[in-house]
Amino acid sequence: MTRGTHLWIAQRVTAMILATAVVVHLITIILAVRGGLSAAEIIGRTRGSEAWLIFYAVFALAAGLHGAIGLRGIAAEWLGWRGRMFDAAWLVLGLLTATFGIRAALGLYAA
Amino acid sequence: MIEKSADRFTPSGLAALRRSGGWRPRSHPTYLAFLVHRLSGLALALFLPVHFWALSHAITGEAALEGFLRWTDNAFLKTSETALVILLAAHLAGGLRVLALEFLGWRAPQKTLVAASAGVSLAAGLLFLLNAG
Repeated sequence: MTRGTHLWIAQRVTAMILATAVVVHLITIILAVRGGLSAAEIIGRTRGSEAWLIFYAVFALAAGLHGAIGLRGIAAEWLGWRGRMFDAAWLVLGLLTATFGIRAALGLYAA
Repeated sequence: MIEKSADRFTPSGLAALRRSGGWRPRSHPTYLAFLVHRLSGLALALFLPVHFWALSHAITGEAALEGFLRWTDNAFLKTSETALVILLAAHLAGGLRVLALEFLGWRAPQKTLVAASAGVSLAAGLLFLLNAG
């Protein structure tokens, strides 16, 4: 399989994960903002919850990779940014984004 | 003008183009759907690293998170949050449309899918606005 095929599969697999995760996230946001957001309410839901930790960690990893692959395609098409160096940069950006997201999820778990 | 409306990573480019709407004039609703999906994805992908970075620094305890949430309590950031919810819902709905076209072969009711995508995203934004007040 070519690199393009791998990326296409990765983009679609992460899209399927995100389709579920974003629905859960949007419902959670809409419910959480009722009557105003509060740290106690958010942390009360997530503190010590392995289920929310796993959910947010998978969500962050899928979102980081999905976003980086999407940006790679747009940059190649609109700016002509192609090649291994750019691919490496997009991979670093995707993993770094995911790392920040997972760190935030760990913060919610351990708060 | 003709514009490509399929993903460039598709292994079989022509087949994917045909499945996902193919080559369409810019006035066609599927081109508008492609454009909304592309631009909402671009905005979200640029916002995401900043969002996760800010959250990873803000969530160090209940007091720190509460301080961060109170910092976001202003009209500019509330409007931005509403826009992001609409963008997220629009990208989700557009993405579901692409997945339905590519994996389920839903070709005939494309205009209906486009309309449903727009409806879902606006409904999510409206719900957010109504609850955030």
